[in-house]
Amino acid sequence: MLETKNLSFSVEEGGKRKSILKDISLVFDNNQFVVITGPNGSGKSTFVKCLMGIVAPSKGKILFDGEDITSLDITNRAKNGISFSFQQPVKIKGIKVRDLLEIAGAEKPAAFLEMVGLSPEEYLEREISGSLSGGELKRIEIASVLARNSKVMIFDEPEAGIDLWSFNDLVNVFKKAKKNHTLIIISHQERIIKIADRVIVFEDGKVKHIITPDEFIKGVK
Amino acid sequence: MEECGFSEIERDILKEVVGLYAIPEGAYNFRINGKSVSRKSSANIDVDIVDGGLEIHIKPGTKNESVHIPVILSKTGLKETVRNTFYIGDNTDVCIIAGCGIFNCGSSDSVHNGVHTLYVGKNSRVKYFEKHYGMGQGRGAKSLNPITKVYAQENSFVEMDLEQIKGVDSTKRETYSELKDRAKLVINERLMTHGRQTAESVIETKLLGKESTVDIISRAVAQDVSKQSFKSVIVGKNKCRGHSECDAIIMDKAMVLAVPSLDAQSVDAELIHEAAIGKIAGEQITKLMTLGLTQTEAESKIINGFLK
Repeated sequence: MLETKNLSFSVEEGGKRKSILKDISLVFDNNQFVVITGPNGSGKSTFVKCLMGIVAPSKGKILFDGEDITSLDITNRAKNGISFSFQQPVKIKGIKVRDLLEIAGAEKPAAFLEMVGLSPEEYLEREISGSLSGGELKRIEIASVLARNSKVMIFDEPEAGIDLWSFNDLVNVFKKAKKNHTLIIISHQERIIKIADRVIVFEDGKVKHIITPDEFIKGVK
Repeated sequence: MEECGFSEIERDILKEVVGLYAIPEGAYNFRINGKSVSRKSSANIDVDIVDGGLEIHIKPGTKNESVHIPVILSKTGLKETVRNTFYIGDNTDVCIIAGCGIFNCGSSDSVHNGVHTLYVGKNSRVKYFEKHYGMGQGRGAKSLNPITKVYAQENSFVEMDLEQIKGVDSTKRETYSELKDRAKLVINERLMTHGRQTAESVIETKLLGKESTVDIISRAVAQDVSKQSFKSVIVGKNKCRGHSECDAIIMDKAMVLAVPSLDAQSVDAELIHEAAIGKIAGEQITKLMTLGLTQTEAESKIINGFLK
């Protein structure tokens, strides 16, 4: 179980303090599939980055299976069982797709490429560099998180840059993963929202609603 | 392969610079502390000593053969300049494995200046490996200064892998080449400096012939307070293509200077230079940390991959 208690985050902007996250307390039960949605700038990405340790909250606590992990760094959160798929995947010259998946812990890297609809023969030995398209990079990013096989998997807008064909694959990937992982996914896509257990709507750095997918689709937006 | 009587240190260095534990097959010369300790010619490759350096003649038509010419300096204070010349016949396909390792645990400086000249015949394919390596904690400096000259005849193809990853305190490497019609040269250079090391590399290519091409790929990492400079000069005197790419990762308080120079002397010369210097991007480290690596592990993965 992953839990945040009164999580806040603010930045200094033009000499003034600006609140990005305001006192967020949420609970993510084991093997739950939660979609976080809401307008741009509502604090969704910052919130999930706090969960991974990429952003340090100004106030509040993060508990993972009862343990306070607020001061743990990214590496130790990853080792404890949290993984994170970036909205904008990075390129790393000299690191091959195979290397990345092996670092992530994949014993059979080919299997994870197939899951995201990429042919291992064509992609395993390629560098994660500018020679790959945005969509390809994104799928490799998702594969690297699936390869972690961690208890909690966080995806920041996994649909961004993914074409229609692979979008079906993506939905299937999440359907399978939700059986034995906690999934926290930032998404605006109805097809992803539909298969979630819960939808959390962010607005202006706060939680506006915690509702079911049905309620969300019927118009509680 | 037969076993040979090298010391443990010499074996360690050989493993690093030419990937060998024992005497290789084919032609070779092992130079240790200023002397040729073991030398062999093959049916198609003659290895002779002339004025203290090597003269290597490779017969026309020689295919799939190699010549190893590693150099080891394991005595402190040794300073030497060695000139090796390769006469490579037409229509050959050969591999030259050079490389130099210095072990210096004393207080005097050890210096090896290697001048290699390669005359590459028509239609020949040559792969040239040169790895430089230093070890030993002595106060004496370890310096390696190679000068490599390549004269490539019509339709030949030369690929050079030049690598210096560890332990060399100062280096000045100069690589000159002249290419005739349809000759092609590919240079892959990998350079890493740390501590107070300095490295300077000049690669100058003259594209003399029609349809001659050169492709230079240099990747460098400068750590600590080390200093590097990379100068690439491509001169196009005909209808030709030249491309050089210099990528450097700069860390700590290191300094890196990249000086590209393109000199087109023909309207049909197509010359391109790309250069980029920057630190390891924070997002790259963050990504690898989310996969369970520590910051230090992430940095070394990125550097090792970059220099591979």
